[in-house]
Amino acid sequence: MTDTASKSGQTEVWITGIGLATSLGEGLDANWAALQEKRINVDEKGFAPYIVHPLMPVTFDSQIPKKGDQRQMEAWQRIGTYAAGLALDSAGIKGNKDILSKIDMVVAAGGGERDLNVDTGVLTAEAKGANAPGFLNERLMSDLRPTLFLAQLSNLLAGNIAIVHGIGGTSRTFMGEEVAGADAARIALSRIASGESDIALIGGSHNGERKDLLVLYEFGDFNLKDKFAPVWARKDHAGFALGSAGAFLVLESKAHAEARGAKPFAKLSSVVADLARRKSRGDMAATLEKLWAKLPKRDGKGAIISGATGAEPATSEERGFLKGHAEFPVRSTGTMFGHTMETQFPLGIALAALSISRGALFPPNDSMGTEIEMHEAPTQIVVVGAGHWRGEGMALVEAVS
Amino acid sequence: MTAPRDKLGRPVVVVTGMGIMTSLGNGKADNWAKLVSGESGIRTITRFPVDGLKTTMAGTVDFVSVDPFSSTGLSERMAELVTQEALDQAGIGAKADFPGPLFLAVAPVEVEWPQRRELGRAVGKLDFNYDDLLRISGGGKYSAYHHRFMFGSVAAYLAETFGTKGSPISLSTACASGATSIQLGVEAIRRGETDAALCVATDGTVNPEALVRFSLLSALSTQNDPPQAASRPFSKNRDGFVMAEGAGALVLESHEAATARGAKILGVIAGCGELTDSFHRTRSSPDGKPIIGCMNKTLADAGMTPDQIDHINAHGTATPENDKMEYNTTSAVFGELVTKIPVTSNKSMVGHTISAAGAVEAIFSLLTLEHQRIPPTINYDTPDPTILFDVVGNKARDARVTAVMSNSFGFGGQNASLILTREPA
Repeated sequence: MTDTASKSGQTEVWITGIGLATSLGEGLDANWAALQEKRINVDEKGFAPYIVHPLMPVTFDSQIPKKGDQRQMEAWQRIGTYAAGLALDSAGIKGNKDILSKIDMVVAAGGGERDLNVDTGVLTAEAKGANAPGFLNERLMSDLRPTLFLAQLSNLLAGNIAIVHGIGGTSRTFMGEEVAGADAARIALSRIASGESDIALIGGSHNGERKDLLVLYEFGDFNLKDKFAPVWARKDHAGFALGSAGAFLVLESKAHAEARGAKPFAKLSSVVADLARRKSRGDMAATLEKLWAKLPKRDGKGAIISGATGAEPATSEERGFLKGHAEFPVRSTGTMFGHTMETQFPLGIALAALSISRGALFPPNDSMGTEIEMHEAPTQIVVVGAGHWRGEGMALVEAVS
Repeated sequence: MTAPRDKLGRPVVVVTGMGIMTSLGNGKADNWAKLVSGESGIRTITRFPVDGLKTTMAGTVDFVSVDPFSSTGLSERMAELVTQEALDQAGIGAKADFPGPLFLAVAPVEVEWPQRRELGRAVGKLDFNYDDLLRISGGGKYSAYHHRFMFGSVAAYLAETFGTKGSPISLSTACASGATSIQLGVEAIRRGETDAALCVATDGTVNPEALVRFSLLSALSTQNDPPQAASRPFSKNRDGFVMAEGAGALVLESHEAATARGAKILGVIAGCGELTDSFHRTRSSPDGKPIIGCMNKTLADAGMTPDQIDHINAHGTATPENDKMEYNTTSAVFGELVTKIPVTSNKSMVGHTISAAGAVEAIFSLLTLEHQRIPPTINYDTPDPTILFDVVGNKARDARVTAVMSNSFGFGGQNASLILTREPA
């Protein structure tokens, strides 16, 4: 197992900026208010029978002022570039050239929004008999927008963030669905904790309102259909509802934050991740237990924020794991925000940090008893991220003492 | 003389196993023999029809079979073969039990045309839309395609096959990906998190849409005939890069761990550096500062000065802009030395292996150190008079090589450099 924890002699890492653009709204107050009101934004009609959590519309101009930049991106990149800007604002470093020129970016990304008209145009023409050897080549040469490729490339989310916000440090893009978000946090944390880096921007973004993605997940029968239900209530009606969201965090060494007078939301104490083989029942739960045991001691007011997807058998395995830690109140980001894939783990860290900084865990939203009330202010929140198919991650977010 | 720690007090990171595959062939021996003899792996594409394409050649890997074929499947198979070669050489761990993490550079994954067409045919109608495709996608008939087209699928397969530890990381930094995979491994060992890391880079994406995408960005050479002469780094008549497939794998270990188990040390990753360019999505900042900064960071990371570098394995894509920019920035870093340091571009022969290039070229750099012989840059008949590199043109050159800088630059402002040496500094 690979892990990063603040070992003795290693620097403390603070979360000093959070940027959220989700189906519940833009910014920390709007998201927090929606969570308090247990408000969920689902679209059951637009992609029927599939259910998605659409992005609450935002004015992209406020973070991506040049229309030319917006045109060069597809939705997933615009959402992420927007949320990254909010995180930089939140940390108070927007436009601070000295800091932005050295910030290290680790982005968790998928990619590739297809041009559905081009795809169906080719396929229907072929169905009608177009079969010349060069047919596909010619159609793609004439129909694909030349810059669409750049809106599809995974590392161009980071590229666009760099261009729009003027970031000139390092830039790494991790792929691999849910656990890519955990690994982004894990690597950034270990680099700061060991002194390789002072400050990092990490996160991801996802556009869930995409039929090409629905096709991909439908191959595995993973999409939630017909009727919305909270994640824990989907056992006999399994699946995830794709969600649109961007979630970015500024991570910073305590010393670097203090030197510039930045206040922390919370500290990121540890991120661990693994790859369960998931060959037989219990494999994934056993891996989650191993990760749980690797986190630093939890003796404070603890809670768990889970990124469970609603897909089976992963969600049942995770529920079994959570039952073994029933003293920790649980919250599900999948219920409230949908499944935002690479973004789900950074979103979980963001909500953990927000809950700690606001002195309250947001209320439960579950009729199955997995989520219970928490009346005290949380001081330690474990973020759990188990992928719908592969990959498990866990983080410990703590109050700064 | 051994030095388990570098000048900055960090564990020295050495290479104890390497595996490689390109359009020239499978394995180090075959690749090296062809590379130093100036052979090209570029040929006219036969995998799919090329009618209607402006570029009809590439450095494809046609000798590896994958069934059913997909670019991601080919990437996976090549990665598996090169990893096996690297592990055989390193003799580390046990079968399916590699004692460290995996860092995999891999092209972004998506559903491909053969599978999309299969879906289109299955709709069974003449007129249909995406909803019709969606309606027939479920039910388990295509469940293998879900796994195949997950971004993390290649890394998951390699991790399970070779028993790497922890969460395998799949990464993309475009054309710098291979170098980034090595850098992540170096950092993990330097931090003391692991004694060993498996760094793999693979790219099997010569398919119609990928060619069209690069064509539409005017990035590819169109000198199709003869294909072997298409890739012309540093030549006046260069007109773009040639897409290619390949894979490279490196077993990295701390010097201490490698010597403790008596492993043969093949070379040292003395320094790594990266620096983002925020100027443009596909073009470098005209002042070249991010690339200059990247090279300087790498020198600083290695604790070396420009005069200690005696060979540069260039990014050398043969696009008009890259080669000019690479020369200008290298000049800024190396000053007068720029005309004296032998420079070569492996891409003249193997083409641009995109996500794999950084690792493929790092391995060629290590083989250069081993053999004390610099592979040529072929098709170097009409030198660009504004590029004053000492290009190792057309014929391999014997040379004393102690430290190589290998550069990788990619779309999205990705710049990464490595410095490889024979012995610890």
